Amino acid sequence: MPQRLAMPVKDRNHSGQLQQDYTGSEILLRCLIEEGVEVVFGYPGGAVLPIYDSLYQGALKHLLARHEQGAIHAADGYARATGKPGVVIATSGPGATNLVTGIANAQMDSIPLVCITGNVPQNLIGTDAFQEADITGITMPITKHSYLVTDVQDLPRVVKEAFHIASTGRPGPVLIDIPKDVSNARSSYSYPDSIHIRGYQPKTDPHPLQISRLHKILTKAEKPLILAGGGVVTAGAEKELIMFAERANIPVTTTLMGLGGFSGQHPLWLGMPGMHGTYAANHALLECDLLIGIGARFDDRVTMGRLDKFATKANIVHIDIDPAEIGKNVDTYIPIVGDVKKVLSTAVAEVPRTPSDAWIEKLQKWVREKPYTFCDSDEELKPQWVIRHLYESTGGDAIVTTDVGQHQMWVAQYFPFANPRSFITSGGLGTMGFGFPAALGAQLGKPEATVISVTGDGGFQMTSQELAVASLANIPVKVAVINNRCLGMVRQWQEVFYKKRYSEVDLADSPDFVKLAESYGVKAWKAENKEEAKRVWKEALSHPGPAVVDFRVAPEENVYPMVAPGTGLDEMIMGDEDK
Amino acid sequence: MRHILSVLVNDQPRVLARVANLLGRRNFNIESISVGESEEPGLSRMVIVTTGDERTMEQVQKQLHKVIDVIKVQDLSQHSAVERELLLVKVGAGPADRMEIGGIIEPFRASVVDVGPQSLMIQATGERSKLDALLELLHPYGIKEIARTGVTALSRGASKAGTAVLAGG
Ligand SMILES: Cc1ncc(C[n+]2csc(CCOP(=O)(O)OP(=O)(O)O)c2C)c(N)n1
Repeated sequence: MPQRLAMPVKDRNHSGQLQQDYTGSEILLRCLIEEGVEVVFGYPGGAVLPIYDSLYQGALKHLLARHEQGAIHAADGYARATGKPGVVIATSGPGATNLVTGIANAQMDSIPLVCITGNVPQNLIGTDAFQEADITGITMPITKHSYLVTDVQDLPRVVKEAFHIASTGRPGPVLIDIPKDVSNARSSYSYPDSIHIRGYQPKTDPHPLQISRLHKILTKAEKPLILAGGGVVTAGAEKELIMFAERANIPVTTTLMGLGGFSGQHPLWLGMPGMHGTYAANHALLECDLLIGIGARFDDRVTMGRLDKFATKANIVHIDIDPAEIGKNVDTYIPIVGDVKKVLSTAVAEVPRTPSDAWIEKLQKWVREKPYTFCDSDEELKPQWVIRHLYESTGGDAIVTTDVGQHQMWVAQYFPFANPRSFITSGGLGTMGFGFPAALGAQLGKPEATVISVTGDGGFQMTSQELAVASLANIPVKVAVINNRCLGMVRQWQEVFYKKRYSEVDLADSPDFVKLAESYGVKAWKAENKEEAKRVWKEALSHPGPAVVDFRVAPEENVYPMVAPGTGLDEMIMGDEDK
Repeated sequence: MRHILSVLVNDQPRVLARVANLLGRRNFNIESISVGESEEPGLSRMVIVTTGDERTMEQVQKQLHKVIDVIKVQDLSQHSAVERELLLVKVGAGPADRMEIGGIIEPFRASVVDVGPQSLMIQATGERSKLDALLELLHPYGIKEIARTGVTALSRGASKAGTAVLAGG
């Protein structure tokens, strides 16, 4: 292909001023660089040909996924690991619709993404043209905001706004749909240095009155509890949270999305609450007299949808940047709208110590006496053992992504995360196929980190084609396939709630993951027992490139404890022997 | 309880879709939405009539605020407000009925805006209940077609001048 100048030469307009003339796609690229974008994930096609032509010069690193869903999950993993917005590019029509799952996934977990799609030229919009899809319409309910750019001159402002909206307030995905004629149109370029969006002014500073109300109620709380969610991680408020909890002497439970937001090693930590949570966390929720929700949204995997049984003895304080979360699911006694980091750093000054010593003693006893348990075996490889081994072999110093299902819950249970952004999981949408590409993105964002993708044999097959990316770009992600030869979580529900009528959950005829990985040029091992597992995992960890380990685990293991949907947190099923 | 929300939005393509989509997705009731220009260039005023308890109304307003193109949300039920709707109705009426119909619509300050050989078109404005009452009285003559704009409304007093223009329904 002929080389061409990515950026055309400067010239002067009639008044003698320096003027530059660029195509829309060149402007887009400049804007992305201006925003500090390090890498974009994407897949080309007709409507984004101009954009890909601008990328040709290599001014911006681009990773060619093997499916747009892989690209957007990778961008999402990058965003979760770094806190910076992830960027994905896809073509019109099928390229754009292949992003839909990833956009919904990011929206549910409040992940900043800027999704750029091409569209057919404007004169064809609305005509059912080849590869036309109304992607702004399709994604309206699953984006924080979206733009259809109709004039190339709007592009810098739109990109600037998109990054701002995606990454501030409660973050989320923003879509920019660019018709091909806009990418091709020429215009001068200057990047705006300020932003004013009249309808978007997130409130970050808490109301002082609410903080003093909080202080006042703390002095009387004998059984206080903090429920910390993903908002703590998003806000980077882990230090403030520890300070607040320690000074006020309040135990902490972290939701799935909050794991790592409060250290899993801290004596005040009770574990995760909810459907597969700890006895201590769930019983603390049942008995507390003051519940402080921090960046958590009281969703049904925590409350079990049984608000009549949820924290009924407690006054609820709810701290969140999104006012709409407050009062959405639970009645709130003290609402505090603001950035969690700001709220906690304000609140921690002069925070009184709660009279909670007896309560904490009781909870710590529960933590000690009712930990997660499983029946280990020396014949079979138990999935819980594998997760614990992943933890021990890395000393917990790793970024772990999961897919969705049993293995996800076991990671949440048996890998006590000490640092924020080290646990990456699809919490809200529960998207199978998320974990592996997300790990690739996380690794690109954190090149020095050990990144482990713990995945199921089902979910891995939803996006395993991205092994090609791992291989070609030499992204040293370690994939731990928790291979139980079935769709484990569905199988568990069928066992427990459908009298073992196992319907379409058998994955015995999956491909050999070792051979699959090898065919992509990725090193791979199989492990059938503990000895093998230890040995090959060590090799995988020390291998400089990507690696896959197929852990052949016991197929009939269940995730416990469990609270059945529609029952209260007081009805925990602790294990198989309970049934 | 019935609420009338006055929502200032950017006059952008799809803004109506964004708002309607949100209300639908979150399972909020909509009795009517009307949208038209506002006193400020570049902004439209949407008037949404909805029903729900206090908690629902709080959610509706908070969720509306999250739409980037929404500038301001005001619950007019909490202020003293003027509420109006425009009704056009075509009634089956031969020359013999016209006088009588004229007598019926007069107290409503409605007017005849079109006359056909066997029909009359009547225009009326007012609160919803007034228009409903008028329709009931016209019923015996045979109603052929109805078009209503949905409610538009403004808060009373000196707070902010300007009128909302009726459109859509
Ligand atoms: C895209 C998608 N389809 C279906 C589901 C429903 N689902 C939840 S868990 C699960 C089984 C996952 O099996 P596997 O990946 O093998 O993991 P395991 O539960 O065995 O650890 C399924 C099908 C889902 N979460 N996502």
